[in-house]
Amino acid sequence: MTAPPGTGFAGAINNTRRDGLVVVQPRMGFAEPSAMRAGLVAVRDARATTVGTITLDSYTRVGDLHSARTAVRTRTRLNGYPLCTHPDDTTRSMLSEVYGPGFPIQVRHGSARPGHIIEAMARIGLDATEGGPVSYCLPYGRTPLRSAISEWSAACDRLAEMSTPERPAHLESFGGCMLGQMCPPSLLVAIAVLEGLFFAQHGVPSISLSYAQQTQPEQDLEALAALRRLIDELLPGLDVHVVLYTYMGVFPRTRAGSSNLLDESARIAVFGGAERLIVKTVMESVRIPDVADNVAAVERAEREVRCSQQMRAAGRPPWTPSESGLYEEARTMIDAVRSLDPDLGTALHIAFRRGLLDVPYCLHPDTQGRTRSRVAPDGRLEWAHVGSLPIDGPRPAGHAVGAQELTSMLNYVADRFDSTAAAVR
Amino acid sequence: MTLRRLHVLVTGTSSDAHTWNLMYLQLALEEAGHDVTNLGPCVPDGLLTETCVRLRPDTLVISSVNGHGHTDAARAAAAVRYDPRHDAMPIIVGGLLGTAGDPNADHTPALEAAGVTAVLEKDDLPKLMRLLAEIRAAAPAAAATAAAATPAAAAGRELEGAR
Repeated sequence: MTAPPGTGFAGAINNTRRDGLVVVQPRMGFAEPSAMRAGLVAVRDARATTVGTITLDSYTRVGDLHSARTAVRTRTRLNGYPLCTHPDDTTRSMLSEVYGPGFPIQVRHGSARPGHIIEAMARIGLDATEGGPVSYCLPYGRTPLRSAISEWSAACDRLAEMSTPERPAHLESFGGCMLGQMCPPSLLVAIAVLEGLFFAQHGVPSISLSYAQQTQPEQDLEALAALRRLIDELLPGLDVHVVLYTYMGVFPRTRAGSSNLLDESARIAVFGGAERLIVKTVMESVRIPDVADNVAAVERAEREVRCSQQMRAAGRPPWTPSESGLYEEARTMIDAVRSLDPDLGTALHIAFRRGLLDVPYCLHPDTQGRTRSRVAPDGRLEWAHVGSLPIDGPRPAGHAVGAQELTSMLNYVADRFDSTAAAVR
Repeated sequence: MTLRRLHVLVTGTSSDAHTWNLMYLQLALEEAGHDVTNLGPCVPDGLLTETCVRLRPDTLVISSVNGHGHTDAARAAAAVRYDPRHDAMPIIVGGLLGTAGDPNADHTPALEAAGVTAVLEKDDLPKLMRLLAEIRAAAPAAAATAAAATPAAAAGRELEGAR
């Protein structure tokens, strides 16, 4: 893709938004600098409007740099790029003539304590990353929420500090993807917006809020409309865009099923007005995708985006957004949290302790763990138990969901797309 | 004869953030009549060994799906086995242990050398249930420990608070 020089990730997305394009982005990380470079070059040269991704390995994510170093030294396979372990000059030369104004790159990691990663980015000159005090903490481990909040406060301050007017740092909230699946959309939207408010409070100049495709497109469109409305209401005048993730849960096993799910996410991105789409590959259920898998995925998504844009121009939407009061539910949770304390970090901590925010099936010790969700017969994701959330909904006395039911719900989307794919074969 | 309930400690590995495998295991094992303490994802070796010492579970089940399982689970098992009090505790490892889509059996020799009792292939819940049934049948009856009665969530919270 092409963008005017000196604008970084934030500027590039503003350019594509102005041109009515949807940026497509893979999720990709390789331990070897040569492999990482080859992957970035292939994504840059793909027939699509792309930005690059460097996904870091799990050892770097949890701050276990000793294990990352050992793995690099002994050439043990890592599941991502060890940004804090390779010498900075190695990373700079890996990026040279790839990373630039025309091809911005986002660093993705999942760290609840991201200080070492943000510092490495600052040294190397990378300006975009992803995370948040809640979304990179609760689903991913045992780091106390209080620590994640203070670490992410410092990280946001550092991102604000390394920003210039020409090159504002960009931070995406992962709040719309909590646990990948089974989190009701109103809570996803609420957490994404609350993290966006947290970033803004710390002066991060360019923000994106995520939302992951769930179980029913009509509901996803309602969620994206609610997200957009809340951005307009609560983050006015700021540089904020929306990023949609292709389904993050159990992926279809068949190639046709996976492709159809990817296509559906591209349509949701277009009709939901997302500026960026993060894709999955057809190999998702089998192994860590390789470069060719990723290139195929971004190119396929790009074709479906263009096709959907034509459908939109012709006034032929494939779905009608549902009207289930999703905005009101999200807004109620956001307002309840904001009323707890003027500092968003403090407010978030209190909210999870009191169960005003509570992610279904989350095992983190700092959540109440009382909420449950389920896939309704019509395919919507709904509450099975709202715990202490400040919203109306079921609060059954008994055990809400068993292992077999959980498995079938976790596989609901995969099964739906695999069976449709089999039917047309 | 009524067999006593097994107390199964379920855990992810130090670098693995995946949760659904652990939540599913918890529900399935509870439905099979076992008591479960679920340590959740990204459990450092120190917390795992400390929990084994504290709760003395009947069996340790390590589930990993992030591709680092072949090394992380071996290291965790070796750390647990370092304490001779855990000599008799079965350690069962499963999930998706490598990054290349290879069978878990490829990693069995190294894992067994580190002290793992059994390595299961992805999704082999029936075998896990069979192994637990054997362990239960071999366990002395009416020897239920206080730890087995501790609700899983409360135990996890208490531990976290103690750190």
